[in-house]
Amino acid sequence: MNIHQETIVLRGHIIDSLLLAKVLDIILMMGGTFDIEDVRIGKTREEPSLARITVRASSPTLLNDILKSIQPHGASVEREADCRIEAAPADGIFPEDFYATTHLPTQIRLNGRWIDVEHIEMDVGIVVDQERATARAVPMGEVRRGDLIVTGREGVRVIPLSRPRERDVFGFMESHVSAERPHGHVIADVASRMNRLREQHRREGDGCRVLLAGGPAIIHAGGRDALTWLIEEEFIHVLFCGNALAAHDMEADLYGTSLGYGLTAGRTVPHGHEHHLRTINRIRAIGSIERAVTSGVVKNGIMAACVRKHVPVVMAGTIRDDGPLPGVITDSVQAQRAMRAAIDGVKLALLVASTLHAVATGNLLPATVPTVCADINPSVPTKLADRGSFQAVGLVMDAASFLSELARLLGRPA
Amino acid sequence: MTRLLVCPPDFFGIEYEINPWMRLNNQVDHERAILQWNSLMAVFERDIGVTLERLTPVPGLPDLVFTANAGVVVGKTAVVSRFRHPERRREEACFEQWFRDHGYKILALEPGLFFEGAGDLLGFPDYWFGGYRQRSDIRVFPILSEWFHREIIPLELVDGRFYHLDTCFCPLSGGELLYFPAAFDRYGQTAIAERIPPTKRLVVPEQDALRFACNAVCIDTHVVLPAGCLMTERMLHERGYHTHAVPLDEFMKSGGSAKCLTLKLDE
Repeated sequence: MNIHQETIVLRGHIIDSLLLAKVLDIILMMGGTFDIEDVRIGKTREEPSLARITVRASSPTLLNDILKSIQPHGASVEREADCRIEAAPADGIFPEDFYATTHLPTQIRLNGRWIDVEHIEMDVGIVVDQERATARAVPMGEVRRGDLIVTGREGVRVIPLSRPRERDVFGFMESHVSAERPHGHVIADVASRMNRLREQHRREGDGCRVLLAGGPAIIHAGGRDALTWLIEEEFIHVLFCGNALAAHDMEADLYGTSLGYGLTAGRTVPHGHEHHLRTINRIRAIGSIERAVTSGVVKNGIMAACVRKHVPVVMAGTIRDDGPLPGVITDSVQAQRAMRAAIDGVKLALLVASTLHAVATGNLLPATVPTVCADINPSVPTKLADRGSFQAVGLVMDAASFLSELARLLGRPA
Repeated sequence: MTRLLVCPPDFFGIEYEINPWMRLNNQVDHERAILQWNSLMAVFERDIGVTLERLTPVPGLPDLVFTANAGVVVGKTAVVSRFRHPERRREEACFEQWFRDHGYKILALEPGLFFEGAGDLLGFPDYWFGGYRQRSDIRVFPILSEWFHREIIPLELVDGRFYHLDTCFCPLSGGELLYFPAAFDRYGQTAIAERIPPTKRLVVPEQDALRFACNAVCIDTHVVLPAGCLMTERMLHERGYHTHAVPLDEFMKSGGSAKCLTLKLDE
């Protein structure tokens, strides 16, 4: 995380004396940054004021230098305590007072030192390895009896996101969802990020990836070709979906329909409603999507592109799935685990036309990952934001238009 | 009636160097020092009618004459100084004893929290200024502010020659401020300017500031200051003050002048 920080307290007549201004200026002049956590202004002239300020620096040495320079002006480092830890009482159960995480970068204080919590995600706990002095986020279901779990709030700090260097739509890091908002500049910003990330991915491999989580409306709405192109051109490096997206994608390849509708004719074809079942049955008979593609049965489309480009696909099942296709994970906890394992290195997430997959993915992503949620239904980006993924930029638009426009900006021939 | 605590300079001398004015090779002419001190006291007693309380001098404590650093007195309560330099720490017990013997309630700061008394705490009736960084610790002011229910605006002293607030800053009885702005940084200068209107700010020229023109004692319309600060005296006359210039150059060898040699007991 490379953030070194300390909270200081400044009290007294710090406003009229310009002491607060002086301390803040010193922090900035020395190359640090600060956040004012709290300012209480005295109600009368005699009553002192108080400011709590978090000072941040890029190195422990710089942080120390800054603290040394502001201490003569009355800034005192707030007394801090180590985090409290308790052993988990049983497998799958946190101690009663467990600390529930946010998806913001988080640190805990262990033996007097602040350490980063690895693999942070929201709504899980923190398990501590005392010997190695490390900490990581742990989902409730994965805790084992005796694991040391952080409890209470003491000795835990959450670091607000700093403004990204890039001054694009993600710079605001807050979800405004409106159908009336123009989409063009948002998609243009996403495209320019994807262009940069593709270069970085080619240099760094899996350390830098773009994730797309999508629903079957991508196929119905006509976004299949654009998404296929994005995968083939190496703009997307991980795919999260369900049974349906994969089934209708391959149905389109095998039958030219999506849930029975002729994709080109635009009307139902006789017995079309069976196509996706026959597709699923066929792939089950072959044994895997990968084999269906390598054997030449499935020739084109999203799944074929993923197989050819070695893009990992995590398919999470739901209660209404037909089949399901081989590879669909029907145990939700297992599916979460597989998604969690696949998000390392994700630098941009596109959540397209799926409520469940969007929210599930949003839950797993640290707040530091720029996220776009495109859905025709405004309640999806809203729901995502309400559940805490405040960094997601919401676009109320049809999946096909979003993907086609994105692909066009990235150079797909018309 | 104003009462001042003073200490005869029987054992005054330069025995160490703890400020830029002190030089061991620039020794005090002891007889002259006594004459200068006596004439200062005569001004207070005879010309202004001040009551003087004399602290008994102690051998080995050459700076005990500078009673401004005994502490700070509000009514019948005294906060005794805690000196930054070990050389002056032995004075603390003498000052504390004097306050106790004279019926003052003593408030004690925690050890390690440096505070050099009225040398670093000056002001007007309803708010004070506190000098910090050179000698006093800024963390003292919120404590004093709470004890005495007074607003205290801290001012950083940025020039080592003006190591106490009373060497460069002197509030006057009519609400004016006699001061040397360059002893403060721009934050301090701005803080002062926001409190005191331009017509009330009397800026002492550097030449006078270096003679410690600001180390003056103001009692009603009388201002007692070191001799040789002519421009400052003229400014004061224009404002209707009576000036009393006293030669105190023997004490300047130690970095002190009229104000440093006194502590106001009754506000």
